[in-house]
Parts: sequence; structure tokens; C-alpha cells
Amino acid sequence: MTAIEVDRLTKRYGATVAVDDVSFTVAEGEIFGLLGRNGAGKSTTVDLVAGLRAPDQGRIRVAGLDPRRDRQELHHLLGVQLQESQLPDRLTVAEAMRLYASFYRRPADIAGLLAQLDLTDKRNTAYRRLSGGQKQRLSIALALIGRPRIAILDELTTGLDPVARRDTWQLIDDIRNQGVTIMLITHFMDEAERLCDRVAIMRDGRLAALGAPAELGRPTLDDAFIELTSRALTGRRQS
Amino acid sequence: MKMLTLTEAKLLVREPLALFWGLVFPMALLAVMGVSASSIGGVPLVTVYEPIVIAFVGVAFGVQGLPVQVAGYRERRVLRRLATTPAGPLRVIGAQLIVSLTVVLAATIGVLAVGRLGFGVPLPAQPAGFALVVVLSATAMLALGLLIGALAPTARSAGAAGTVLFFPLMYFAGLWTPQLSAATRRIGQFTPLGAANQALRDAMAGGWPHPAALLVLGGCTLACAAAAARFFRWD
Repeated sequence: MTAIEVDRLTKRYGATVAVDDVSFTVAEGEIFGLLGRNGAGKSTTVDLVAGLRAPDQGRIRVAGLDPRRDRQELHHLLGVQLQESQLPDRLTVAEAMRLYASFYRRPADIAGLLAQLDLTDKRNTAYRRLSGGQKQRLSIALALIGRPRIAILDELTTGLDPVARRDTWQLIDDIRNQGVTIMLITHFMDEAERLCDRVAIMRDGRLAALGAPAELGRPTLDDAFIELTSRALTGRRQS
Repeated sequence: MKMLTLTEAKLLVREPLALFWGLVFPMALLAVMGVSASSIGGVPLVTVYEPIVIAFVGVAFGVQGLPVQVAGYRERRVLRRLATTPAGPLRVIGAQLIVSLTVVLAATIGVLAVGRLGFGVPLPAQPAGFALVVVLSATAMLALGLLIGALAPTARSAGAAGTVLFFPLMYFAGLWTPQLSAATRRIGQFTPLGAANQALRDAMAGGWPHPAALLVLGGCTLACAAAAARFFRWD
């Protein structure tokens, strides 16, 4: 079964082509990595898949739904963790969970999710009093509160210390083992190598490579990434 | 929607500064006027100031409070995050409007109570007309605030715009010079709070508010709300 299907996707902002003829599919139960330098088109791709923007060309299906036309239904099945998205300072963890749970038809058990994300002790803490790692875990919890079939996690470990990063990786594994398909946006190669079944590397809005990390690794995924994406810097292009 | 409204209400209650400025300060200001023995044209100062203070409440929550909230939610990507949920971002704006309107009405009742119980200011002799103007001037200020919030890129710039607007709005309401010259008053009639002040005074004295004042307030509400809807930036 295909969870996400992206076919010849193009999105322009004025003269800039943010996403240029991109195609990939994500299988159900897979952890799929979307890699690329800043400005490569990762976040725009996320916006398009999540139905936040309309594509100029191409076709997207998420769980068989059109993200624009079937937006309402899609948002019951899709959990999204957005980069740099915050919550009101004075909202507590439990209040945020209850609020987001109220949006969904069959929300997850709040206490269980808080325990899984190690936030039980913090449930009455205001958002502004949380550490970076705790905020990040809360953001993941909110992405999972609607029991999504598919989760998009954007730059989930940016700013976390090494221990918190490894804990988060373990958590992603656990979530996948519960049957959730995951699209992970990252620029950490070790993270992609450790977690992803397959990765797509984007450069200048295009897909530069697609495959299992081991297939792309030459000798490591890090090397492949630098080789594939640094061409943009020197201006040399490979079509 | 109920949960969102409840959450927004809780968040407002946790903002002591906003509550002080919009709720406590107006009542205190009226009390200060009440203690003063002076009068303007034979009318006690407290009576003159009651409609001005009521106009102030609308500005405090509508033009100063609301835009900062809305722009802050955009800046912190709360609106974008909500756009990925079945609830969508529009409902949180709706919740803020409901909460803001509720506190404006509550503060207005508080001001009337202070005036009546503390200083014997008579309650409006034309209560229906008075209530209509209170509601219309509150919606005018909320719509104006929503427009600022729609356009301002950050909470900081929204706050600055609200503060800049505060002065002309409240000038025509008579905050600094309750007795405006005839010419200024004529200009003021076309500003929302100049119109509101006159209409509130009429209603307090027992008259039905002038249709022109209702038109200015209703027009301001509709024009600002339409512009806000048209130009709203979600991210």
C-alpha cells in the first residue's frame, strides 16, 4: 500500500521554482527521509503534501486523498510537526494536549501519550518553562494526538543535545512499530542513516537521489549528500 | 470550538497586564473622576467620563490586545500548525473574538457599576440604545484590531500600530479634552469613537442614538472586517 504518492510536483513562487518536477512514493509503514540543504525545497514539499499550499503542477495523494480537495478528511489521518511552530507561553502541557485532542474524531489517550514522551511530570508546566527537548517532545505528542496513519516530522532533532536526539530516534522507531508511516525532514545524515528505510535528497527544488541510505552511501550517506548537494555551490549542474 | 474558546479565555486570564489595562484601569480611572468635585458645563466629571472610559475598554482589548495576539499566533506559527489539524486556523481567531467581546462587555458593566454604586451616576435612560452602541463600538474596535493583526507581520509591530492608533481614536472620544471644539467635534463624528461617545451620551440622557453614529460604527465594523478577511496573512 502506498501512503504518500507525489507525481511530477512543481511549485513556483514568482520566478523561483521551489519544487521542480519531483516524484516519489512512500510505502505504508515506512520511514522516509527528505534530505537537502536549506532552501532545497523540503519545507515547500511538506506544505504541499500537508495541503497547506496548492501545487502549480503535479499530483499528490496522501492515504489516497487529495490534500487540497480532501483537506478536512486528510487532517484526521495526518499528524504534522512543523519546524519552529510554538505554543502560547502560558498554556500548560496538559491543556495543549486536551485542546489538540478536541480537534480529532478519535484522539489518543493523553496520559498514555504523555508517558510515552516522558512528559508526565511536566503536564502542569507552562510551555515557556519547558526545555528545548521538552518542547520538541510536546510538539511530537501533538502530532500524534489524533492517532494519525501518517506523520510528517520536520527537523525534529534540531537544537537537541546528543542524548535527547538518541531518545527521540528511539521514539520514532517505537511510533513506526505502532504502524504509523513517517516522513522525516532532516539535514542530519546520521539521523537519516539510523532511521530511514529510504531517503530522497533534494537540491535546488529537484530530486537529486532516491533510495535506501546504504545504496546511496559512498562510502557513507554523509559523503553522498555532500557530493550531491554541493554542486549547487559551484554552479555546476547535472541534469 | 468550545475548547478553543475556553483555552483562549484561560490564556487571557493569565495575562495580568492585559487584564489590568483593560479591566482594572478603566474602573480606577472612573473612580478618580468620581472623587474629583469638578464638573463640565454643570455635569459632574464622572458622568462626562463614563462613556469615554467605556470607549477606552474597547480600544484596550480590541485595538491594543487583539492585534498582538493574532500577529503573535502567526509569528509563532500557531496558525500554520492549526492549519494542519481538522480545526483549521480560522476558529482560533473566532475564539479570540468571542473572548475579547465578552471581556469588553464585562468591563463595560463593571464601569457602569462603579459609576452607579460608587458615585451615583444614573444608569443609561435609554438602555437598549446604549447597549446597541456599546456592542457596535466594541465590534468596530475588534474589527479594526483584527485588520491590524491581519497585516502586521509580528506581534511587536502589531503592538506599535495599536499604540499609534490609540491616540487619535481616544482623542476624538474625548479622553484628554472631554469638551472638544465644535469643529473638532464635527470631524470626530466621523471617527468610530467620536461617534460612539456622542451616541453613548445621548443614550445615557434618554435619547435614541443618532442614526449617523450607528452608521459610522457599523460601517467601520464591516469595512475593517472585510479588509481583514481580504488581506489576512496566515503565515
